[in-house]
Amino acid sequence: MTDGTTRETASGRVGPPSGTILAPGYTFTTITDKLASIALSRRTPKAWFFGAAVGFVLTMTLLAAITWLLFRGIGIWGVNQPVGWGFEIVNFVWWIGIGHAGTLISAILLLLRQPWRNSINRFAEAMTIFAVACAAIYPTFHTGRPWLDYWLIPYPNTMGMWPNFRSPLIWDVFAVSTYATVSLLFWFVGMIPDLATLRDRAQKMWAKVVYGMLAMGWRGSARHWQRYETASLLLAGLATPLVVSVHTVVSFDFAAGIVPGWHATIFPPYFVAGAIYAGFAMVLTLAIPLRKMYSLGDFITAKHLDNMAKILLATGLIVGYGYVVEAFMAFYSGNPFERYMIWNRIGGPYRHMYWALLFCNLLTPQLLWFRRARRSTATLFVVAMIVNVGMWLERYVIVVVSLSRDFVPSSWGLYRATIFDWATFIGSIGLFLALMFLFLRLLPMISIFEMRQILPEAKVAEEEA
Amino acid sequence: MGDRLELLRGREYWRSLEELGGAEDLEHLDREFQVPIDSGVNRRELLTLMGASIALAGLTGCTRQPTERIYPYVKPPEEVVPGEPLYYATAQVHGGYARGIVAESYEGRPIKIEGNALHPASLGGTDVFAQGFLLNLYDPDRSQTLTERGEIRPWSAFLASMRLALEKERPSRGAGLRFLTTSVSSPTLAAQMASILQAFPEARWVAWEPAGRDNVYEGARLAFGEAAEPCYAFDRADVILSLEADFLGVGPAQPRAVRDFASRRRGENSNRLYVVESTPSLTGARADHRRPLTPVEIEALARAVAAAVGAVPARAAADPFADAVAKDLLAHRGSGLVVAGESQPPIVHALAHVINQSLGNVGTTVAYIDPVLAGPPNQSAALAELASDMRAGRVSTLAILGGNPVFTAPADLRFAEAMEKVPLRLHLSLYDDETSRLCHWQIPEAHGLEAWSDARAFDGTATILQPLILPLYGGKSGHEFLAAFSDQPEKTGHDLVHEHWKGRLPGGDFEAAWRRALHDGVVLGTAFPPKTVAPRSLPPAAPARESAETLTALFRPDPTVWDGAYANNGWLQELPKPLTKLTWDNAALISPSTSERLGVSTEDVVELFLEGRKVTAPVWVMPGQADGCVTLHFGYGRTRGGRIANGKGFDAYALRSGAGLWSRAGLETRKTGSHYPLVTTQHQNRMEGRGLVRAVTAEQYRSDPGIVQRMGEHPPGPADTLYPKLPTGSYAWGLSIDLSACVGCNACVVACQSENNSPVVGKHEVSRGRAMPWIRIDRYYSGELENPDTLFQPVTCMHCENAPCETVCPVAATVHSAEGLNQMVYNRCVGTRYCSNNCPYKVRRFNFFLYADFKSDLWKMVRNPEVTVRSRGVMEKCTYCVQRINRARITAERENRPIRDGEIVTACQQACPARAIVFGNLDDPGSLVAKARAEKRQYGLLAELGTRPRTTYLASISNPNPALRAAATPERGA
Repeated sequence: MTDGTTRETASGRVGPPSGTILAPGYTFTTITDKLASIALSRRTPKAWFFGAAVGFVLTMTLLAAITWLLFRGIGIWGVNQPVGWGFEIVNFVWWIGIGHAGTLISAILLLLRQPWRNSINRFAEAMTIFAVACAAIYPTFHTGRPWLDYWLIPYPNTMGMWPNFRSPLIWDVFAVSTYATVSLLFWFVGMIPDLATLRDRAQKMWAKVVYGMLAMGWRGSARHWQRYETASLLLAGLATPLVVSVHTVVSFDFAAGIVPGWHATIFPPYFVAGAIYAGFAMVLTLAIPLRKMYSLGDFITAKHLDNMAKILLATGLIVGYGYVVEAFMAFYSGNPFERYMIWNRIGGPYRHMYWALLFCNLLTPQLLWFRRARRSTATLFVVAMIVNVGMWLERYVIVVVSLSRDFVPSSWGLYRATIFDWATFIGSIGLFLALMFLFLRLLPMISIFEMRQILPEAKVAEEEA
Repeated sequence: MGDRLELLRGREYWRSLEELGGAEDLEHLDREFQVPIDSGVNRRELLTLMGASIALAGLTGCTRQPTERIYPYVKPPEEVVPGEPLYYATAQVHGGYARGIVAESYEGRPIKIEGNALHPASLGGTDVFAQGFLLNLYDPDRSQTLTERGEIRPWSAFLASMRLALEKERPSRGAGLRFLTTSVSSPTLAAQMASILQAFPEARWVAWEPAGRDNVYEGARLAFGEAAEPCYAFDRADVILSLEADFLGVGPAQPRAVRDFASRRRGENSNRLYVVESTPSLTGARADHRRPLTPVEIEALARAVAAAVGAVPARAAADPFADAVAKDLLAHRGSGLVVAGESQPPIVHALAHVINQSLGNVGTTVAYIDPVLAGPPNQSAALAELASDMRAGRVSTLAILGGNPVFTAPADLRFAEAMEKVPLRLHLSLYDDETSRLCHWQIPEAHGLEAWSDARAFDGTATILQPLILPLYGGKSGHEFLAAFSDQPEKTGHDLVHEHWKGRLPGGDFEAAWRRALHDGVVLGTAFPPKTVAPRSLPPAAPARESAETLTALFRPDPTVWDGAYANNGWLQELPKPLTKLTWDNAALISPSTSERLGVSTEDVVELFLEGRKVTAPVWVMPGQADGCVTLHFGYGRTRGGRIANGKGFDAYALRSGAGLWSRAGLETRKTGSHYPLVTTQHQNRMEGRGLVRAVTAEQYRSDPGIVQRMGEHPPGPADTLYPKLPTGSYAWGLSIDLSACVGCNACVVACQSENNSPVVGKHEVSRGRAMPWIRIDRYYSGELENPDTLFQPVTCMHCENAPCETVCPVAATVHSAEGLNQMVYNRCVGTRYCSNNCPYKVRRFNFFLYADFKSDLWKMVRNPEVTVRSRGVMEKCTYCVQRINRARITAERENRPIRDGEIVTACQQACPARAIVFGNLDDPGSLVAKARAEKRQYGLLAELGTRPRTTYLASISNPNPALRAAATPERGA
């Protein structure tokens, strides 16, 4: 207990001890040993090398695709008239959506005092940061002249021009950049006590120096803890509305437009639910292999997976409700364009996408009503992957299918993604993987001090105090 | 491309550019000082020369050598102000006939073609070819040097060589001398040819036009015993029967015909048009009653109508359609009109003539004049004779003036093979083409905007063609080429034309009359007087050649590249064909039921066999095509047409024989199983029940004028908005398009492209949905597939008052002007494409790549200096020709008055032969556009979305025959 990061008193937000979210038999020391060793150990699992290599190669693909894009122009993608937005916006929304689970877990579940989040919040937050980074690539490079993107930022200039504040894209700039900043801060602040632990346990000089600088002089004093608690509570408070606002604003990109299939009032809640849905699917997609790779079954228990599966089911039902309302409103409104839009989704040239989307997002998660499915990691993994695909399809249906057939039939046209669209998409997945694997190797992927809070000892200390 | 050009042409190429400023003056210099100016002009010399030319321009009055001047300057030469356009009246010769044009020129560069309101064939409108004509001038693939067997030679060497050749011909009185021209209406050329034929009486002049007028002349000969040119007055006709006459799509007077026809489609007093045709045409698309018939059936129908009106002895079986038409024609004696198309055999023309005669239409809706074309009659027979002469070795010198006979001659003549037997072959042509390859001498031809000439319009009215620019490549005109065969070979084109007209112009003072003629673009009083013709009895019907088993091949000129002459023209290649909306290709058009019978569908490649010849072509299933007929558009499949032309489409000439120039039964097809991608700009042919194009019958409109308003959702009113009213300026610009007048001819599309520097993007990019027109013509079908109604709708930017594009642009690159223009600020655009997504009309165009060619100097010359050339990554769209608005504004402000109605004419409006487009100030209740808006048939496209479009439409009004509608109903059910 000489460890600088050890908390003598735990805060009152830790719930009753529960064996289901942490395997029995752990002490403060063993938890710290086990989790810190992942970052400090010299023995890196073989799977890590494999995953990092894949991530690295795909990141290079991304760089190549973007270089060619800058050289030749946006025409190397499949976008056209009438489909002015294709993969780039589909992927943007997909990535932003994935990011949501991280913030939800760290902020909202923190405020709601859900201790089971402690083992998954760190890498979920990391996932948020990386997903937002991947998402940001798309709006940045999808413009015709990316070197002028800074015109979207309000700044005093000799032209006397401000951005057009009526445009949802400007709201996007604010929403996404705020979100990225708060998420990054939250992630980093939350990591400081653990970085200090790593600093103290590191053997190598460079590791001591780097972790030491990152720990920002954390000594674990009561004053530090008090400030830490305040900061993290404030950040949680800041991040909570962002969970709702970011995807709401992203949905405005569509809802504020005139295109049938975009112009719908249900979009903000439906997008937020979709984002959480997508986010939890991605957390599961990451957690299940990680648990296996680093033998973390003791920390990410069946209870965790069960809880996440339940959230997946709940948000999946909200998303499904969104689909139903969208279709219902199209018919109920009597608007011929809206009606055609739904018929086009059901029977048009992209019908396979729509039916696949319904299968992935509406049908598949119904499996999670069954306890056995929620307890089976394999099933959960497959369901989560299907939901990932489904959420991508959902954005494809919204963005591309709506645009391909809007008001004037003479201008209808199909969109076909090119090899560069795919290269950029797969490349961004590669970037995500590369960042994720670097994170796994270098930083504590499970919050050490928050895991310690779950121990009964922490509870006892509080009662004794 | 620029580099390549420099390599190819180097100095001479630049010479043309530098000479632009003082083109005509430099020519004086050349002669004055006897030094070739192109001998290495450096900066100092250039400045010296420019100074000298300016001095000379002022001195021309004193030096007494005004031998060759370019008239008329609208303003005196010293007023040639950089940035101020000058306009010259001249003409474009298409198929031998002149269509009056006014060319707009900036500092010596012609940059835009407009119609000449004084010219009878134009009346201010143009067709697509007149617009595309300009681009050919600057085509870098044009023939650029005079060559003999591939070696570069000077003009003098050619003249010397001709002198020798002619000396050899003289003893035989020119027995081996042959001239092969295209159709010619030029009085000067005809006179030159006559004098050559006088000197060489045994020589022959042969004319060959692939889409020629043989049938028209032969038909008149059959009916009257003499060749005659029918002139139609469509504005006076109440009932028109077209026997596959596509007068709204092609023909010597197309812009005039459209104007006359459209003038009778606007209001209550609508005419009625019946069309029978084998393949859909623009005329068929505007018909009140259209019937797809095979060529044999058309002839039978013509006979039936003729019999029913009593023009020929009645023998035909009763046909309800023919009876109804005949009844209608009889009810409109003297104001009916029957027109036969160029593709119809002489007998159908003759039948049309006798029907018109017997109904008393001659003198009211149709007049006969002497043939306008000067060349020898019956071109195909003459060409066949020439081929056999060549094959027999009777031809020693073949001089080909323009045209591309090796490519266009009927396949059964095996013209190329015959030609190779001729010892001396000369070719004057714009391109080093298929024919040039087989000729010893290839002489670059001066483009129509580079040379002096003259030509006649459909009614005989002559126009003096004046050059706007020195020949870019030292090309020679046909007159100068022919002069080489006279005793004055050095004569310039100007002198030849000028001399020819001496004494032939009306008025005492020749020079004044000459200037007047140049200024007006027409020579007054040269229209041919009507002549009286007497009909003869017609031969009986020949036995039908068609059988249900085989197919009939129909050969037609391509709607955009014509007979192949425009195949290297990017504007016209990319221009969607008016009905199929195909670009960059031709296809074998077959009807839906024929496609079912043959088991082929669109894009399937088939082998077509006709009389032992074969071509491979992709299929296009064409609604409204007559069953069993396969339409093959010729003009594609070029092998030496230039970089754009080569390898595009298939060569339908390969199947075309002299006996079946327009149609031939016995076509057989074989599936190949392979696929060829055809690119169209419109994939959806139906309106999906949306009230986009609103069409009503005259009867409906008369009884219920509000019907048009009820064909779509009720649009919200001006007050139905939460937003504050926008400030208004002095004007409220608006555009009105009369769908009743529009024939879908595409002239506006090319005119807009020319005016606004729109790029050509190529087949691949069009296939990816990235064509760049600012105005497009939507074509929708309604009714059954076998014979649908065709509706056209030109779509420009609507300049919505509540523009959805404006609110979503994050950088305010598209904003609203106080005068109601939806403006696009290219410099501010970052290219999010959000505006395009949010545009319900999808009129915005995005530069996905660097489409505009910033490197090639020739393409720089064709551009309008008033319009920004857009770079990569920015959005663009119709501006209502804001440059023209501002020019008018400057003029008006200088004169301290408001802009007058009609002072601003947008490019699309100018080109429109139908006068369907009206632009002006909506705030001025007296303006034409405000009046159009006040009509009951006015509606806004998708106005129910609350966009408040400034471009609005007038619903199309058709005038079907009530008697036929009842009869037609069971047919539709069947």
